[in-house]
Amino acid sequence: MKRRDILTAAPLAAASLLAAPSIARAQGSRVLKFVPQANLSSMDAVAGTQYVVRNAALMVWDTLYGVNAKLEPQPQMCEGHEASADLKTWTFKLRAGLKFHDGETVTTRDVLASLQRWMVRDTMGQIIKARLDALEAIDDRTFRFRLNKPFAKMLFALGKNNAPMALIMPERIAKTDPFKLISEYVGSGPMKFNTGEWVPGSKAVFEKFTDYSVRPEPGEWLAGGKRMYFDRIEWMIPSDAATAGAALQNGEVDWWETPLPDLIPLLKRNRNISLDIADPFGNIGSLRFNHLQPPFNDVRARRAVLMALSQADYMQAVVGENPDLWKETASYFTPGTADYTEEGGEILKGKRDYDGAKKLLAEAGLLGAKVTLVVAMDVAITKAEGEVTADLLKKIGFDVDFVATDWGTVGARRAKKDPPAQGGWNIFHTWHAGADCINPAPYTALDAGGDKAWFGWPKSDAVQQGIAQWYDAADNAAEKRAIAAINRASFDNATYGPTGFFLMYQAWRTNVSGVVKAPFPVFWGVQKT
Amino acid sequence: MFAYAIRRIIATIPVMAIVALFVFSLLYIAPGDPAAIIAGDQATPADVERIRASLGLDRPFIVRFVEWAWNVLNGDLGVSIFTNLPVRHMIAQRVEPTLSLMVLTLTFAISFAVPMGVIAAWKQGKWIDRMVMVVAVLGFSVPVFVVGYVLAYTFALQLDWFPVQGYTPISQGFGPWINNLALPAIALGSAFIALLARITRATMLEVLSQDYVRTAKAKGVDQKSILFVHGLKNAAVPIVTIIGLGFAGLIGGAVVTESVFAIPGVGRLVVDAILRRDYPVIQGVVLMFSFVYVIVNLCVDLLYTVFDPRIRY
Repeated sequence: MKRRDILTAAPLAAASLLAAPSIARAQGSRVLKFVPQANLSSMDAVAGTQYVVRNAALMVWDTLYGVNAKLEPQPQMCEGHEASADLKTWTFKLRAGLKFHDGETVTTRDVLASLQRWMVRDTMGQIIKARLDALEAIDDRTFRFRLNKPFAKMLFALGKNNAPMALIMPERIAKTDPFKLISEYVGSGPMKFNTGEWVPGSKAVFEKFTDYSVRPEPGEWLAGGKRMYFDRIEWMIPSDAATAGAALQNGEVDWWETPLPDLIPLLKRNRNISLDIADPFGNIGSLRFNHLQPPFNDVRARRAVLMALSQADYMQAVVGENPDLWKETASYFTPGTADYTEEGGEILKGKRDYDGAKKLLAEAGLLGAKVTLVVAMDVAITKAEGEVTADLLKKIGFDVDFVATDWGTVGARRAKKDPPAQGGWNIFHTWHAGADCINPAPYTALDAGGDKAWFGWPKSDAVQQGIAQWYDAADNAAEKRAIAAINRASFDNATYGPTGFFLMYQAWRTNVSGVVKAPFPVFWGVQKT
Repeated sequence: MFAYAIRRIIATIPVMAIVALFVFSLLYIAPGDPAAIIAGDQATPADVERIRASLGLDRPFIVRFVEWAWNVLNGDLGVSIFTNLPVRHMIAQRVEPTLSLMVLTLTFAISFAVPMGVIAAWKQGKWIDRMVMVVAVLGFSVPVFVVGYVLAYTFALQLDWFPVQGYTPISQGFGPWINNLALPAIALGSAFIALLARITRATMLEVLSQDYVRTAKAKGVDQKSILFVHGLKNAAVPIVTIIGLGFAGLIGGAVVTESVFAIPGVGRLVVDAILRRDYPVIQGVVLMFSFVYVIVNLCVDLLYTVFDPRIRY
């Protein structure tokens, strides 16, 4: 090397060394490290309904329509639509220039195959399928539903945020059996899934899709422009909440979707961390009865539990003393939403009536009846709910068999219709996302269709009639009436015991901005300095 | 000895076959349903049933076992029910962090525990012996996860010397690698140090009371040689045995340590798989662990001949 070269190179090297920290900082600001609510163990939000899978899928796959914060469906992949006056024919046109992550153009062939797969799995999709005369492509960008019965909620069905969602995949992937998980993760959403870096149980990496066609409108939930300010989003999956909390405090992660309520005071004390409610729709706790097996095959036993059920006890056990995080609700529907109703919910109001519950059980000849309460102890919420229920059942005179187990076992056991002594159950606990309890469409837990209903197999013709009325409702007033009727009928039937409404926090480092409240983490619009 | 080693390796085949049958049977009768977990909370019982059928989980035990065993014999551990990734690939992704943690823990534990045990035996009844015993009792009494949390709180959160969680492959540099693994290795090694120090002390006490040690002392051999050449070498067989046995304990401890420090190792893989009932992954990992355990025991048996030439196979 000549002396002149050294003289030229030295200042450049020095400059690059000096610039290195700021380059590193800039690179760091293009990477978001996020702690999701659970392990991302699969990537198919059509075959499965796990929220964590849906949340990841929202980055990778796009939808034809998407709801905004008012749950109004707005065009997303579609340019627009035309609906016939009788709401039987719906014609949609795709936006130009939509591409999949593999570079292929999105066509109606992909859309039709994706919708066919989705219609098998989703409740609203099944209703569309039942009314379907034809789903046909007119050209590469235009397709049409021809129905034999009007369906006013078509746009909501295509744009809703509840799983299974109508995600658009390439035709070859969408042809997968709807009951089998896909194994290729190619979408047209704003981020690509990096399969090579996926370490299930530890890490999932999403990379910016540079050919993503961003809508010009401001982004809001699933509607509008999904502008990504990160080249990489890394999902870090610690199996321990304390570790996640420590990593957030130490700046090793940027955003934690669902910090444990117990850790909130600690995180609040850290000035580098911001906290806010994660999902404004919150959650509704659920005490699920098995309607097929004694004693809860008798509605009087179910009502006796509701008469004595104290939502305050449950909520304090689940989220603690902070009154901002929970409320009592004499309803099966999400408080604060447009169609919320407490019609027929008197049984949950006022002083808890233990003597009345005992009297009712005595009348039914069920005092001292054995109740098998199956509790997932590895999930903080169900563990807390289960312990309160055990106490409640004993107070009103049941003989409680408390089966402490894990969620995997509860998931299998709750599907058994056998008597508890043969591996069945009487009560298990879960909770429902408030966003799924706004109306009957995504609310499988409310269905009371007997054998075909959700676990517990409740049966009530009045509930089913109310649900049918809601689907056929021509306007908002009719929808409200239908929801009030469903609520009353569900309380009459004591379909399940709502154990209260609760909210959860999300936490992020103060150098991250643009985090919004939503039923799912909204990554578009989020930035980091 | 070579023939012995070959015989022992061949003997692993029936051992692993029994392990395979046992694990498969256990998972078959254990409660839990991966189909229900895939389906999620919103799915109906009919959906769950269809998913179960699509996964082939509704087929008879013998059909599933024979199919799986045949695939294993052909070197195929199957595909994860959830991720659709080959189990071999998932294990390969996780081996390096676990292996790194084990090696570092063993190195750390042996290099502290053995000298501690030797010194405690040498200074029996003195304050240093008592100190070693206090450390040993503490190491036994405090669970690994408590040690882990205390270390993470003190050295990561308060002092900011180490990261709280994660793993950096050694290919990205020795510094970041050891930086990530230092706290987990100390946490995991704490109980092992206690065990090893006590065994070393007890064995050394026995050896140091032997006639040949007294003779060596009488001949004026220096203390260092007596302890580390005459004493430790003769005490090595039980110590090596404990190191081998302790390996199994470390595998169990690694599961906890990897969870506390969010290390993407095989321990976490198997815990996640158990919680989700990802049968092919559980079976694959247990098979691998049993193979490793058999091999470690073989190595221990072979090491006996190094430390005690009277032992012949």
